[in-house]
Amino acid sequence: MEQKTPLYDCHVVCGGKIVPFAGYLLPVQYSGVIEEHMAVRQKAGLFDVSHMGEVIISGPDALLNINRLFTNDFTNMTDGRVRYSPMCNEEGGIVDDLIVYRMSALKYFVVVNASNREKDVNWMKSHLVGDVRLEDISDSVAQIALQGPKSKDILLKLAAAESIPPKYYTFFDNCDVAGVKCLVSQTGYTGEHGYELYCSPDDAVPLWNALLDAGTATNAAGKEGLIPCGLGARDTLRLEAGMPLYGHEMADDITPLETGLNFAIKMNKEDFIGKKAIEDRGEPKFARVGLMATGRGIMREHNDVYIGDEKIGETTSGTHCPYLKGAYAMAIVHKENSAVGTQVEVDVRGRKVPAEIVTLPFYKRG
Amino acid sequence: MSNPSNLKYTKSHEWVEFTGETTVKVGLTDFARQSLGDLVFVNLPAKGDELTVGESLGDVESVKAVSDVYAPCSGTVTAVNEELLDAPEMFNESPYGAWFVEMSNITDQEELLSSNEYEAFCKEEE
Repeated sequence: MEQKTPLYDCHVVCGGKIVPFAGYLLPVQYSGVIEEHMAVRQKAGLFDVSHMGEVIISGPDALLNINRLFTNDFTNMTDGRVRYSPMCNEEGGIVDDLIVYRMSALKYFVVVNASNREKDVNWMKSHLVGDVRLEDISDSVAQIALQGPKSKDILLKLAAAESIPPKYYTFFDNCDVAGVKCLVSQTGYTGEHGYELYCSPDDAVPLWNALLDAGTATNAAGKEGLIPCGLGARDTLRLEAGMPLYGHEMADDITPLETGLNFAIKMNKEDFIGKKAIEDRGEPKFARVGLMATGRGIMREHNDVYIGDEKIGETTSGTHCPYLKGAYAMAIVHKENSAVGTQVEVDVRGRKVPAEIVTLPFYKRG
Repeated sequence: MSNPSNLKYTKSHEWVEFTGETTVKVGLTDFARQSLGDLVFVNLPAKGDELTVGESLGDVESVKAVSDVYAPCSGTVTAVNEELLDAPEMFNESPYGAWFVEMSNITDQEELLSSNEYEAFCKEEE
């Protein structure tokens, strides 16, 4: 039986088409995936991301555990910083990807994929060492994402300039946004400038409404053009921005090096779960690439990728990208076939669609 | 949008216009438009292809998904809508104006519904 997020009624009021996702009832779209996608690229979009999982890792050995559980290095983090990392199993495969907020030297706030929440909490709890505490606070946290070029202007109507985090991957806690106490980070999953706001479930509806009002009110500069956006646009936006998604570009049998997450894995760290296995594998034999269709057809996930008659890999995600107006996909292919410019063919439901390996990300904000 | 009464309909949400005794035009209904959302791609058969009633004659793609279009009858494809191939959004603008294929030598029909019967069927589906 699926759960509702605190914002369920807002989605119904906004005309959201509700679908089950990761155990929750969420809107896949409101006005349409293309319109929502373009709004985020050109103005602003509002997303309910309350389904995500959140845990607090605290205590004298918090940092020790964070560095053991996750592949990135968190040693030189300061308070108010956010860092992305995969979390690996003993074979070097990926259990989940997540982001870590350093609240203090003794307290870290970790955000995980909704679909992996239970798995992650069980995994982390069973691998803790020393003087540390892990608390799953997912049910007491609501989350709203405000993304797009207009997002800062909209937030400035509701919060003091000093409480808006100035740099990417930084955050402020205990901010007042439209009278609601929240943690605000300059983070997101769209490839645009934007923010993620965490608040108590009781405050979610007033915060959502305040953001929507601020983003749709007409002022001297005209409407900011904020619209609510669903899961459909969330996926096309992240794909267009070349951002990986667990269950697609990452899984428990793919290492971070094989899926192009080299920047988030620090092999010179003393130890972390999966380090030895990854070392033993040696040079990665696979690489994640971006594909752009050069002929008619839309590549989707699990399409075989060929050079001539030789299968070189498989797509992991694919769609029509509304801003770039073309069919793009990410794929994991043999390392030796992964050079940018390589011409390939993708088997799309029995038809070979020509495509080219292009640099990732497909889209980067100007 | 109401379903034009001069057309026939299938339970898989195609509309059929009899342009003659054994010739038809085929498209997708407004119900299909509502459930598919913005179309970004259309795959159609080729002129001359033989179609079999109930089998897929092509498919349509929204951003998120692919859906088959089914032949409401058996016959030969005499024309495909090239405009639709280039501009799939035409369908979203006007589902009853955006035909997919024309067929001739019609034999073997699906159970075709009148506009009233189709409307009743759609209400049940919802």
